[in-house]
Amino acid sequence: MTDLTRFTIAQAREHLRKKDFTALELTDAYIKAIEGHRDLNAYIVETPDLARERAKESDYRIKTGDAKYLEGIPLGIKDLFCTEGVQTTAGSQILKGFVPQYESTVSQRLRDAGSVMLGKLNLDEFAMGSSNKTSFYGNVKNPWKAKGKNDDLAPGGSSGGSAAAVSAHIAAAATGTDTGGSIRQPAAFCGIVGVKPTYGRCSRWGIVAFASSLDQAGPMTRTVRDAAIMLNAMVGHDPKDSTSSPLPMGDMEAALGKGVKGLKIGIPKEYRPDGLNAEVNALWDKGAAWLKAAGAEVVDISLPHTKYALPTYYIVAPAEASSNLARYDGVRYGLRVPGNSLDEMYAKTRAAGFGAEVKRRILIGTYVLSAGYYDAYYLKAQKVRALIAQDFEQAFQKVDAILTPTAPTAAFGLNDKITDPVAMYLNDVFTVPASLAGIPGSSVPAGLNSDGLPLGLQVLTKRWDEETLFRVSQVLEDAAQFPSLKG
Amino acid sequence: MSYIIKGDTGDWEVVIGLEVHAQVISAAKLFSGASTSFGADPNANVAFVDAAMPGMLPVINETCVEQAVRTGLGLKAKINRRSVFARKNYFYADLPQGYQISQFDQPIVGEGTIVLDMPDGSSRSVGIERLHLEQDAGKSIHDIHPTKSFIDLNRAGVALMEIVSKPDMRSPDEAGAYLKKLRSILRYLGTCDGNMEEGNMRCDANVSVRPVGSNELRTRCEIKNVNSVRFVMQAIEYEAKRHIDVYENGGKIDQETRLYDSAKGETRTMRSKEFAHDYRYFPDPDLLPLEFDEAFVDAIRVKLPELPDEKKDRFMKEYGLSSYDAGVLVAEKENADFFEKVAKLSGDGKLANNWVSNNLFSVLNAKNLTIDQSPISAENLARLIALIKNNTISGRLAKDVFEIMLESGHDPEKIVEERGMKQITDTGAIEKAVDDLLAANPDKVAQIKAGKEALIGWFVGQVMKATQGKANPAMCQELLKKKLAQ
Repeated sequence: MTDLTRFTIAQAREHLRKKDFTALELTDAYIKAIEGHRDLNAYIVETPDLARERAKESDYRIKTGDAKYLEGIPLGIKDLFCTEGVQTTAGSQILKGFVPQYESTVSQRLRDAGSVMLGKLNLDEFAMGSSNKTSFYGNVKNPWKAKGKNDDLAPGGSSGGSAAAVSAHIAAAATGTDTGGSIRQPAAFCGIVGVKPTYGRCSRWGIVAFASSLDQAGPMTRTVRDAAIMLNAMVGHDPKDSTSSPLPMGDMEAALGKGVKGLKIGIPKEYRPDGLNAEVNALWDKGAAWLKAAGAEVVDISLPHTKYALPTYYIVAPAEASSNLARYDGVRYGLRVPGNSLDEMYAKTRAAGFGAEVKRRILIGTYVLSAGYYDAYYLKAQKVRALIAQDFEQAFQKVDAILTPTAPTAAFGLNDKITDPVAMYLNDVFTVPASLAGIPGSSVPAGLNSDGLPLGLQVLTKRWDEETLFRVSQVLEDAAQFPSLKG
Repeated sequence: MSYIIKGDTGDWEVVIGLEVHAQVISAAKLFSGASTSFGADPNANVAFVDAAMPGMLPVINETCVEQAVRTGLGLKAKINRRSVFARKNYFYADLPQGYQISQFDQPIVGEGTIVLDMPDGSSRSVGIERLHLEQDAGKSIHDIHPTKSFIDLNRAGVALMEIVSKPDMRSPDEAGAYLKKLRSILRYLGTCDGNMEEGNMRCDANVSVRPVGSNELRTRCEIKNVNSVRFVMQAIEYEAKRHIDVYENGGKIDQETRLYDSAKGETRTMRSKEFAHDYRYFPDPDLLPLEFDEAFVDAIRVKLPELPDEKKDRFMKEYGLSSYDAGVLVAEKENADFFEKVAKLSGDGKLANNWVSNNLFSVLNAKNLTIDQSPISAENLARLIALIKNNTISGRLAKDVFEIMLESGHDPEKIVEERGMKQITDTGAIEKAVDDLLAANPDKVAQIKAGKEALIGWFVGQVMKATQGKANPAMCQELLKKKLAQ
């Protein structure tokens, strides 16, 4: 029998509809694949029994003609989404054993669309990281290896488990969340498609918060079409999230195939710093050429405040995180290390429960919000953030979309000693500005470097214009003919 | 009536500002659907967001916003159509989020005014600095177990209005009058029950002193969470004297947070400035700025009830009451409503005020009853007044009837009828009693005729006695004079 895990969502959906195989068979194929790829450490929790149960329900609905939009499609859920009755850890020891009594809005929507959850995917602790090395549950391995080498590579982060699982075909697709690049950068490292929609498209209700004004859920898939299908099911206004938008999105699948003829694509000069990796640079030029060949007009643009984006992000995100993570105090749920006083219990619990990177960001965030520093850091950062958003607004008066590399390099080695946290933060230099501006962005696998490792191109559009994002992304995908790990 | 404290070095005055936390009347909490009902089992009224479960988000309760706007309008204050919720960060076991959602530099209500009615009939204006919405914390219980604390989150997330006055008060009496007036306004508006003992209205007092004649604002101390009007007044008095002592002994006052110990009648340090929290306020990214249009405010404005100041003016005008009497009546809306019903039904505002404010209130106070628990209904009290006005009973008899009404709650007409308490206006009956008395007391008759007219009063009293008080006293007097003149 053919390997059912090689089908995209679009293909599998068609086969299920035609009853070429059952949802249970599809799910079983994925469960078997997961078992065969435990070395990747992509899943923190596997839920095969639950998956089979839901697959059987899907088969019943397919049989009775009640199949829903994502009926029988096996998905991995990033372990930042609270899942009813299934442990949710955010990659942290402090939430080890925490089983929510509620389901996040996004995972509930996917469930309501008939999809099947295979398990909870590994991530950087509280989504803070670009390598998956900060997870308490061990790092995830990138399924890709450099040509002729056997060294383990980082999958990127924070949605590293999601990217690795989709790339290795141990999930048909996965949910990710993106705060400063956490969907797009791992998607680029693992050679898959990742979409961060406009801030406010997906409800944040039930997603463990990192930085509330930046966090946004999105799909991680093997194709642009699959991303459109997933996103269609994930978005929608949620009265339980005050920042969720009431604007309807429209059908992204229907936007595909419209091409880029007549669109203007901006190439921001600030994204081409001295010393940019030559292969990344070359791929970017190639991407621009593909779009031009498909009928788009490519123009140079400027986003003058780009260089301030990373420092701004590393003030705003830790500030919000320092407050968001105050609730992990050992009082009500998760880890508690007893102490002789309340303060001692707090100190011991948080010292034991949080990893080094999380502690670093809590300290930074606490510092920048402190009396005497607030104006110089947090307030200044908010003003710069507004300027960065304004850069994009002005650019989008001239162009319909912006094309950039997703990350400055391909996947790095898991054993590479990166001791300077700032060097790690530089991974997000191209993705962070869009997060600060709240605009949608995608990463499309566009080629391999000389080591045979995936490189991604990032597409950015204005707020609420996911349609253009998908049109451009699909043209890039068609031109790139990127090789899937399963051919 | 300025309040001056005589010190060794001269006269001092006290400068007082009050921060009141008033629990908003609303079925659900400020950011969750959990109930605010009082007296539920511990942790029964807790939504996921109240317990700060991972990924839970706050959603503003529109009722609480309306209540804050309503209160702002009642305080004649500026309504800010755009305000911002901010996080006030600190750790405590009964603060699940690790921050309180409050408002910082952009509150929902700005400056306003409260007019105080002082006991001497004067009035004084106290400025309101701001009113903002915020979440209450839960409750820590430390006395159940020797080493453990228990947490009850029923109150966590309940909406509070923090109402901050300007430092405009100059005596404990003014502080007391401010709290009573604020409570009265809140109750009229239906935005807070204003029960300090139950904790749904709490007060922090900021106190400093300065030499009389000076305009400086010296270092203040904040006395936290005082739970009765009387204790607030006592705490201020103590704290002012403490400051003066310190200054007069060459010391200096440190800005700090203090607690009032009502058993010892003193304040003591709770948290000195070095240990003051840095709350790291910043706009809550989970909530959009709170914005509403003028129509939202207008819809609330048109439904505002008559407030104590307006009601007082109207009572003075409509019922001819004095400023003091009207002030007493309107302090509690229920009292004012009761009075007005009696006044309308009896058609006599002044008599209604006498019976309600003097007779009924003193009985209710003695029995520790509220007006809602009054054994005499407004309708029956109005009937009693009508009986006096149409001469069915005398004022003296009316007091007896009132006593019987207190006991029985019965209709005064029925009481008078059943007990034969009707005034005797039958001249024949009174005349007979007068004749009998005159005949029996020739000595006293002689004395009167000799000019000792005061004895007529003795005869009237005897006639009343003989008729069990039912004789019309005016009629007696008239008859006696006539007979004695013969």
